[in-house]
Amino acid sequence: MKILVAVKRVIDYNVQIRVKEDNTGVVTDNVKMSTNPPDDNAIEEAVKIKEAGKATEVIAVSIGEEKAQETVRKALAVGADRGILVKTEGIIEPLAVSKLLQKIVEKEKPDLVFMGKQAIDDDCNQTGQMLSALLNWPQATFASKIEIKDDKLEVTREIDEGLETIEINVPAIVTCDLRLNEPRYASLPNIMKAKKKPIEQLNASDLGVDITPRIEQVKVEEPPKRKAGIKVSSVAELVQKLKNEAKVI
Amino acid sequence: MSVLLIAEHNNKELKPFTLNASTAASQIDSDVHAVIIGNNCDEAAKALSELPLIKKVIQVEAAHYENFVAENFAPVIVKLAENYSHIISSANTFGKNLMPRIAAALDTSQISDIIKVVAPDTFLRPIYAGNAFATVKSKDAKKCVTIRPTSFDPCESSGGSAPIEKADPGEEFAKTKFIKREEVKSDRPELGTARVVVSGGRGMQSGDNFKLITSLADKLNAAIGASRAAVDAGYISNDHQVGQTGKVVVPDLYIAVGISGAIQHLAGMKESKVIVAINKDGEAPIFSVADYGLEADLFEAVPQFLEELNKLNTIQK
Repeated sequence: MKILVAVKRVIDYNVQIRVKEDNTGVVTDNVKMSTNPPDDNAIEEAVKIKEAGKATEVIAVSIGEEKAQETVRKALAVGADRGILVKTEGIIEPLAVSKLLQKIVEKEKPDLVFMGKQAIDDDCNQTGQMLSALLNWPQATFASKIEIKDDKLEVTREIDEGLETIEINVPAIVTCDLRLNEPRYASLPNIMKAKKKPIEQLNASDLGVDITPRIEQVKVEEPPKRKAGIKVSSVAELVQKLKNEAKVI
Repeated sequence: MSVLLIAEHNNKELKPFTLNASTAASQIDSDVHAVIIGNNCDEAAKALSELPLIKKVIQVEAAHYENFVAENFAPVIVKLAENYSHIISSANTFGKNLMPRIAAALDTSQISDIIKVVAPDTFLRPIYAGNAFATVKSKDAKKCVTIRPTSFDPCESSGGSAPIEKADPGEEFAKTKFIKREEVKSDRPELGTARVVVSGGRGMQSGDNFKLITSLADKLNAAIGASRAAVDAGYISNDHQVGQTGKVVVPDLYIAVGISGAIQHLAGMKESKVIVAINKDGEAPIFSVADYGLEADLFEAVPQFLEELNKLNTIQK
């Protein structure tokens, strides 16, 4: 079994986001970038499946600017066998990403495609579902547990009401929740080894996909600020404030 | 052209967020039709027809729609879509799972999780865990939009009498099979719609200690929330998680106990009307959004809180 894992380079989850003064987006210059957190879970799961002898190859693919190569390289350092970088400029919407991934899937013919359930930058939560629609494959979104049963997967999904279990036939798409596993750190020797693993570079135009944005970003603004609150000195004071000032109890 | 709303239900009743999504749909265009896909869902279809905002209900039934599998639902909506300018659903796990499958089939760039309708083609949506707001304009002919339910008021649920039309079901998608759903049953208010939410974080230190949160929630008739750290640590189940990748809540009163306030958690609760934080670390970021902060050991403060509330009840009686 061959597993393709899509990874996205995003602003690190610990960075305090700043909106650009001209309202065209958020500041990304000199800001720490990392792999989108649930994409780390996707890579980890694929590598674990390979280590368990149930997969033969793990391929990491990223779509984005040249620097997204670092994100692919990190996936290689934690156990992916080879990488693919599809180079693009500017904003790439999930629909365009899923079309590019469709082309990669048609070329590589993986049995499974894993990715994070959501990217923490645009918070769209679309790409996995869109790719599965384009391929007409089954989808298991928000996965917190994956069991491989021959040519089927039993997946536990986190839904608003609790948990749901579905069975899907391979080939399939799985989008991963943060609770799926505990991603490992890359060891120094593995980081060194990853430098020798191949990364194939492609341009979006080589794949014959129109990636022109369909959504115009009119402006990006700071959210309204909450007005500063107060510290209370005791529980009794808190309860009095909630009752008499805020009138919520 | 009209707007098509995808109703969320459990075959018997409408899910409450359908009312919020109806409000959002009506702000795009007054001609709102709603599609309900299910199995033996007459009661829910009738409830849908009684929403005054809904002008027509389309009911699609088959055994394979019993469990809301997106692969079965999407083709039905794609087929209906030719008559509509917009397809709308809630941005909860139901809509998040389903809508992109529809959008891709329609070759439309979806707009997720809007908090405001600016114009029929222009919407406001939070990005970066709510640390920035983007105004976006769709250039697609057909628009697929998911709405953040807590940003729109629920519509009236009675007084309407829209006609119910039946439409033919599609084929079953045989490669995906529903196995089971483990729902956590509770008599408490639902987290997404509760007036008061009491949440616990890593500071609770164990699942057992969460009973302090439960007692406080009982007293205030509140829903129980949790930070991702508390869910990851196994103190409480995933359906309680509030935050960027969990639920977004906007209660009148949100009480954060032992929660440090990572930006990912703040994303799910900072629009609450009144926020209380109880934390022994005075520097915890949760205090930056709290209206009332109490720097204290929660294991002392929460029992005192219960005592004070008891006193209050006695006085009121």
